[in-house]
Amino acid sequence: MEFKKILIANRGEIARRVISTCRKMGIKTVAVYSEADQGALHVREADESVLIGPAPVAQSYLNSGAIISAARETGADAIHPGYGLLSENGDFAAECKKSGIIFIGPPSQVISDMGSKIEARRKMMALGVPVVPGSEEAVDTLEEALELAQEIGYPVMLKASAGGGGVGISILSSPEELEKGFQNIRDRSRLYFGNPTVLLEKFIESPRHIEVQIAADQFGNVVHLFERECSVQRRHQKVLEESPSPFLSEDLRDRLLASAIQGVKGIGYRNLGTMEFIFGQNGEFYFLEMNTRLQVEHPVTEAVTGLDLVEWQIRIAQGEQLPLSQERINSQGHAMECRIYAEDPVRLIPSPGTISRLSWPMDGVRIDAAVEEGTVVSQYYDPMIAKLVVRGEDRQETIGAMNRALSQTQIEGIKNNIPLLLNVVHNDQFIRGNYSTGLIADLLKAMKKKGR
Amino acid sequence: MALIEVKAETTGMVWKIGVKLGDRVSEDDTMITMESMKMEVPLLAPEDGTVKEILVKEEDPISEGDVAIILEV
Repeated sequence: MEFKKILIANRGEIARRVISTCRKMGIKTVAVYSEADQGALHVREADESVLIGPAPVAQSYLNSGAIISAARETGADAIHPGYGLLSENGDFAAECKKSGIIFIGPPSQVISDMGSKIEARRKMMALGVPVVPGSEEAVDTLEEALELAQEIGYPVMLKASAGGGGVGISILSSPEELEKGFQNIRDRSRLYFGNPTVLLEKFIESPRHIEVQIAADQFGNVVHLFERECSVQRRHQKVLEESPSPFLSEDLRDRLLASAIQGVKGIGYRNLGTMEFIFGQNGEFYFLEMNTRLQVEHPVTEAVTGLDLVEWQIRIAQGEQLPLSQERINSQGHAMECRIYAEDPVRLIPSPGTISRLSWPMDGVRIDAAVEEGTVVSQYYDPMIAKLVVRGEDRQETIGAMNRALSQTQIEGIKNNIPLLLNVVHNDQFIRGNYSTGLIADLLKAMKKKGR
Repeated sequence: MALIEVKAETTGMVWKIGVKLGDRVSEDDTMITMESMKMEVPLLAPEDGTVKEILVKEEDPISEGDVAIILEV
C-alpha cells in the first residue's frame, strides 16, 4: 500500500526531519504536540496537528492512547515514531497494529526482544555474534554479582536491563565499590525504567563505539549502510559521530559489517536498525545492543551514501523491497555530525531557557534543528536542540568544515556545548583519529583547569 | 559560624533529597538530586558544614537560583 498520511509521534528536529521526507514523497503529515510545544516548528510545518496533553512526556509524547486516537481521528495510515519516546516500545507497536495503523519500524516482538538486553544478548550469542563477557541472566543479589565479577575480572559494569542512552550504568573497579553501588543502581533502574533488573558485564577500558546501519525488508533482504564511529561521548551519550570510522582497517570493517548482517538476518528483522558494537583497543569487538529505530546520527550515513533513510523506512513499511541491493550502496567521502546540547559545556548541567539570538553557519552545512530565535527550550525534554552535519572528501577536510560550522554558530540566551565541541575538533588525538570514549572526560578535566 | 544558601544551578524538579536536618556534609557531597531535561543533576555541598534548613520537597519544581538548602559552615 502507499501511505497517504503519516502521523509523527515525536517532537523537535526529528519530527521536522520526517515531515520533510513525507512532503518530498507527497505524503500528508500529522504532528502531535504537548502544551509546552504549542506553535513549535514541527507543529507549524505539518499539514495537521493534534494537541495530546500537558508538557511532561508521560502525559503527552508517551501517551500512546492519545497518540493512536489522534491517528484515527485524522485518518493517518501509519505512525512514524522518530527516536526515543515510543520508538522502541514494543507494546506501542502492537497497539498500532491492533488499531489498524502501520507502525513504521520492526515487528513489535523484535522491538521487545532487542529492548531487553538479556534477550538481545542471548539471541546474538546463539547467532554467533560476539558478545561482551558477563551475566546471561539478571543479577539479583549482591552475592551473585560479587561471584561473577570475580570470575570475569574487574572493572565490571552494572547496567539497567531496560535502560538506554547511558542512564542507569555504573562502573565498579573493586568488590568494595560493587558492594556500595549494587543496591543504588537497582533503585535507580526501578525509578527510571520501572524495573530493577540489572546485568553485570566486563568493562572494556578505553573502548570505542562503532555501529552499523542496517536495513531489512519483509522479503528477507538485509543490507548494511556502512558504519558510524560514535566514540565521542559525554556521560555515555554521543556528542559527535562520523563515517567512516578512522579506527577500522579494511579487514576489521569487513568482519564488523558481516557480524552485523549475520545478527540481523537471524532475528526476523524488518525496517531500519542499528547494531552497536564496542571495540577494545586491540580491535576485538562485541555486540552491545541493537537500536530498532532511526538513530539521531542517521544524517552521517545519509551524507556518505547519498540516501534518504526516512524514505527507506517508509518504503519498507509500505511493503516494498529494499530500494537498493548491497552492491549498489556506496560510501563516498567522509561525514561528521555534532550534536548541539543546551547545557553548560564544562559542567554538563542542563540549561533550559529562551533562545534570545540564533545564527546558523553558512552554506554547505546540514542543520537539523528544532529551534529558532525566541524558542523556549523546555526543562521537560531532552537537551539536544540541533545537529550540524558536514561532508568532505576526506576526514581532514571534514574536520575543517566542522570547525568552521561550529565557529559560525551563535546561540545566546541558553548555555550550549559548542565550546566543548570546538575543543574536540581541535584535539590532537581526535585529529589523528586515535581516541576512545574517554576523550571528553579528558578534555573536560583540561577545560576545568583552564577555568573556562 | 556562617550560614550559606545553596542554590539550584538549573531549572527542573527535585527528585531525591539525600540529607536530613542536622546532617554533617563534606564538600562535594551530593545533597539533592534534581531532574532536568531527562538528566540527573546533583546539588553538591559547596563546603563542609551542617544542614540547617531544607527548603524544598521531593517532586517540587525548582528554578535556577532558588535556594534549596541552608548550610551552616
